[in-house]
Amino acid sequence: MFNKKLLIPFVIFIIGAAFLATPLLKGSDPSKLESALVGKAVPDFTLQDIYDENKQYDASIFKGQKMLLNVWATWCPTCYAEHKYLNELANQGLYIVGMNYKDDRKKAIRWLNDLHDPYKISLYDDSGMLGMDLGVYGAPETFLIDSNGIIRYRHVGDLNQQVWDDKIKAIYEEME
Amino acid sequence: MLPEIGQFTLILACVLSFLQIVYPLYGVYSGHQGAIKSAKILTTLQFLAVACSFLILAYSFLINDFTVTYIAINSNSALPWYYRLSAVWGAHEGSLLLWVFLLALWSIAVALLSKRLPAESVARVLAVLGVLAFGFYLFVILTSNPFERTLPTFPIDGRDLNPLLQDFGLVIHPPMLYMGYVGFSVAFAFAIAALLEGRLDSAWAKWSRPWTMAAWVFLTIGIALGSWWAYYELGWGGWWFWDPVENASFMPWLAGTALIHSLAVSEKRGVFKSWTVLLALSAFSLSLLGTFLVRSGVLVSVHAFASDPTRGLFILGFLVLVIGGSLLLYAVQASKVKSRGRYQLASRESLLLLNNILLIAALIVVLLGTLLPLVHKEIGLGSISIGEPFFNRMFTILVVPFALFLGVGSLFRWKRQSLEELRKPLALILMVSVLSTIVFLFVFAPSLTWLAILGTFLGFWVIVAVAYEIYLRATHRHSFKVGLMKLGNSHWAMSLGHLGFAIMIIGITMTQNYSIEKDVKLAVGEDITFEQYNFHFDHVTSLQGQNYTATVGTFSVKQGQQHIVVMKAEKRIYTVQRMAMTEAAIDAGFTRDLYIAMGEQLPDGAWAVRIYYKPFIRWIWLGPLIMALGGLLMIGDRRYRSKKETMKKVGAQHV
Repeated sequence: MFNKKLLIPFVIFIIGAAFLATPLLKGSDPSKLESALVGKAVPDFTLQDIYDENKQYDASIFKGQKMLLNVWATWCPTCYAEHKYLNELANQGLYIVGMNYKDDRKKAIRWLNDLHDPYKISLYDDSGMLGMDLGVYGAPETFLIDSNGIIRYRHVGDLNQQVWDDKIKAIYEEME
Repeated sequence: MLPEIGQFTLILACVLSFLQIVYPLYGVYSGHQGAIKSAKILTTLQFLAVACSFLILAYSFLINDFTVTYIAINSNSALPWYYRLSAVWGAHEGSLLLWVFLLALWSIAVALLSKRLPAESVARVLAVLGVLAFGFYLFVILTSNPFERTLPTFPIDGRDLNPLLQDFGLVIHPPMLYMGYVGFSVAFAFAIAALLEGRLDSAWAKWSRPWTMAAWVFLTIGIALGSWWAYYELGWGGWWFWDPVENASFMPWLAGTALIHSLAVSEKRGVFKSWTVLLALSAFSLSLLGTFLVRSGVLVSVHAFASDPTRGLFILGFLVLVIGGSLLLYAVQASKVKSRGRYQLASRESLLLLNNILLIAALIVVLLGTLLPLVHKEIGLGSISIGEPFFNRMFTILVVPFALFLGVGSLFRWKRQSLEELRKPLALILMVSVLSTIVFLFVFAPSLTWLAILGTFLGFWVIVAVAYEIYLRATHRHSFKVGLMKLGNSHWAMSLGHLGFAIMIIGITMTQNYSIEKDVKLAVGEDITFEQYNFHFDHVTSLQGQNYTATVGTFSVKQGQQHIVVMKAEKRIYTVQRMAMTEAAIDAGFTRDLYIAMGEQLPDGAWAVRIYYKPFIRWIWLGPLIMALGGLLMIGDRRYRSKKETMKKVGAQHV
C-alpha cells in the first residue's frame, strides 16, 4: 500500500538541505571569511573598469604598493555616508581601489561624478563575482592589502575617522 | 535583577513547552483523560512564561537598561520611546524572542478557541506546536540570549538602533510578518496531527481553514508593509527588490495562497487532500527556511543585519528534524488518504488545481532564484547571481495564464462545467475588459507598450469577471439588490481576494511602465518641469531631531499653473551611528505619487536631487490590503463560528 511517489518531497528536501549545510559545515561561511582570507592573496578575477567596458583588470593590480579595497554600491545608504571620508583619505594620498558591487553601471558613474571619485581604479562587479570570492556579505566593506597583494585586514561597515583611528590606522601603517 | 527574571521565565517556558509535548501525547496514546486535558493548561502556562520574558525585555528597553548587552547594542537614551520599544525586535536576539512569543500566542489561541474540536485532536495539535516552541526556545537560550549582561562594566549609553529601522513602518512590519510566518505553524500542526491520527477528512480541512487564512492575512499585510517601507525609506523609489530576505517572506506567501485555495477544495469536495497536507507542511517549512536564510547569513543580502554560522547550523539542524520528519511522516501516512470526489476536466476543481500548479511554479522560480547562486557555487560552477531581470521575466510569463484562469475560475461549477454554456459570458467579459483597458490607457497612459496593454487587460479581465460573477450569483434566485445582500461572507472574501489581485496587477503594470525618474542638479531658486509638473526648489534649512540632525530641502510643486503641494525632503545624519539617511518627500495620490529625495550638495552649492513620478504605485499596496480584507471576511464567515452546524457536519463525516 506504501506509495513511493510520496517520498519525493522528502528526498528533494534532503538534497536541498545538504546543499545548504555544506558551506556552513566547511566553514566557508561569509562571516567566517574574516579570518580565512586574511593572510592570503586576493582571489584571481577579471573585471571591467566602471567607466570603460573594454578595459579589464585582474588580480595583478593589487601588487606593488599597499592599498585599500573598498566595496560599495549606490543602493547602499551607508556607502553614501562613508563616501566623504573616502575622499578625505584619497586626498591624504592613500591608494584606494573601488569595487562597485551588484549595481547599475550608469547609476554608479553618476554617483562618482556627483560625489567626487576617490578611487585610483574602479572595478565593476555587477554579478557579484569577486564579491562572492572575497566573502563580501554587504556593502560597504574595506580590505587592507599589502604591496605583495596579500589581504591583511577586513573591515565590515563604514569607514570614518573614529574607525580609522581606533582600528585601521595602526594596521595600515605597519603594513609593507 | 529584572533581566535575570526574564531569563528565568524563558527557561521556564522552555521546560513547559517540553511538558506540552510529552504529557498530552502520553495522554492520547494511553487514553488518560487528565493528561489530554493538560495540553491546554500547559500551553497557557507556557504562554504566560514567555510573555513575561518578552514584557521584561520591552520594559528594560523602555528604562534604558544598558547593562543588558542586547539593549546596549540596539538602543540609545536619545531614541524616542516608541522606537525603543520596537528596537526589541530590531536585531537577531529580540526578533527570535518575538518569534517564540508569537508562537505561544498562536498556541494559546488554538487552545482557547478550539472548544468544538475533540480534546484528543487539540492535544495532538498543541503537542506539535510544543515541539516547534521547544526547538526555538533551545535556540534562543543556547545561541541568542537577549538577556545577556554587560556587567561589570556597562556603557553609559547605547549604540543606537540602526537608523533604517527607526521608522513607523518598521515598528509594525516585523510583528505582522512574523504573525504570518508563525501562524502557518498552526496549519502545520493540524496537518501533522491529522497525519499522526491517520484521519484526513473534510473536518480537518474545515478546522485548518480559518487558521490558515488568519496567518495568510497577517503575512499579506506584513509583506505589503515591507514593500511600502522599502519604497519610502530606502530612498530608491523601488517597491520590490527580489532581495533574498524579501523572497524568504514571499515563498511562504505563495505556498500559503496555494494552500487556502486547495483547502477550500478539500473541504467542499473532499479531493486533493494529500496535496493539501503537503502544502500545509510546505508553507510552514518555507517560513522556517526563511528564518534560516535571514538568520544564518548564508546568502548575501542587503538586509544582512545579523548573521552567525553556529546559529545557522542550529537552525538547519532543527529544520532537518522538523521538515524532514514531517515529510517522512507524510510519505508513510498520506498513502492512506483516499479522495472520494470525482470531477471532470472542465470543472472548478481542475481550475483550482491549475491555480495551485502556477503558484507552485512561481514558488519554484523564487526558490531557485534565491538558492541557485549558492548551489551553483557549491557544485563548482563558479558564482552567479540571479537578479531582477530573471524574476521579472518569469513572473510576467506566469501571471498571464494565472490571471486569465483566475478570472473565469469562479464561473466554473464544481464537478462539471459545460464549456458551451460559458461561451456567451466569456465573450461578454472579454469585450468589456478590452473596452475598459482601452479607456483606462487612453486616460492615464502617455504612450503604449505591449506589456502595459497586457498587464492592464489582465487586471480588467479579472475585475470584470469578478463583477459578472457577483451579478450572476446575486440574480440567481432573487432580484439583484436582495441577492447582493444574501451573498455569504465567503463569497465576498473570494471576490475581494481576486479584486485585490487585479488592482495590484494594474498598479504594478502602470508603475513599471510609466514611472519617470530624474536625477537632476538643482540650486536653490531653480526649477524643473516634466509630466505637467513643475518642481521649484525653494530653500534649504537645517533641523535638529531627537537623535539626528537633518538638512531639509523645500520644494513647491505646480501642476500647470496651479500650485498643488509643498514637499520637504530630508537628509538625516544620525549622531550616534554616524549614518546618513534619506527621508524622501512623497506626495501620495490615488493615481500617482511624486517623490523627491535629496542627494549630496555639490561643490558649486547646487544639490543633486532625485525626482520621481510614480503612477498608480499606491495600487500595489491597496491590492494586498483588499486581499487581506477578503481574508478577514472569510474568517468571520458563519460556518466557522456556529457550533451546532459544525457538530452536525462533523457528525455526518463520521457516519
